[in-house]
Amino acid sequence: MGLTETSIHNKLSERLKPIHLDVINESNMHNVPKGSETHFKVIIVSDLFNGKSLLQRHRMVNELLAEELSGSVHALSIQAKTSQQWEDSNHHITKSPPCLGGSGK
Amino acid sequence: FMNQNLQNKIKNLIQENDVVLFMKGTPEMPMCGFSAAVVNILNILEVKFIGINILEDEELRQGIKEYSDWPTIPQLYVNKEFIGGCDIVQEMYKSGELQELFSSK
Repeated sequence: MGLTETSIHNKLSERLKPIHLDVINESNMHNVPKGSETHFKVIIVSDLFNGKSLLQRHRMVNELLAEELSGSVHALSIQAKTSQQWEDSNHHITKSPPCLGGSGK
Repeated sequence: FMNQNLQNKIKNLIQENDVVLFMKGTPEMPMCGFSAAVVNILNILEVKFIGINILEDEELRQGIKEYSDWPTIPQLYVNKEFIGGCDIVQEMYKSGELQELFSSK
């Protein structure tokens, strides 16, 4: 696990007390060097999301990861559910779309 | 904070167009899977929108992140309101919320 991945996992664990948390480095699906930590997918299930809109939930996660996002991370896919939604969806995770080249940097 | 010109430029784009997608690449040729996914959904729903290619304007690329207080691209604005990025648009499309948003315009 890379440093960024660990940092993301720790911050989200500590502050959102999730019942389920997956931090997946998807950088290898994209047009970036091997070993990069630029594209992440986060699956997070927490009842701190109860009553919050999708936008509010995403903003909560973005804020906690502000440091990473102003650093190497430039793509962050978030699936933020409450425990009820997680059960209802049978733990379904939406696949991330394929890379289309990006800015090629 | 960002210079006035840039802020006005962004404001005008958002105010003069019902649906604005800040994206990587163009609607005809997206350069990023996440941007392409949003374009796809807008096309399926036959929504008229303008795509702003932030790869062609580095200043705008940074500016829109600050303006929206949102760290990543794509970013969808509908009727001057920030809706979210790819994940949110996909979820709203699945739940029918997106269709409702456009039909109530």
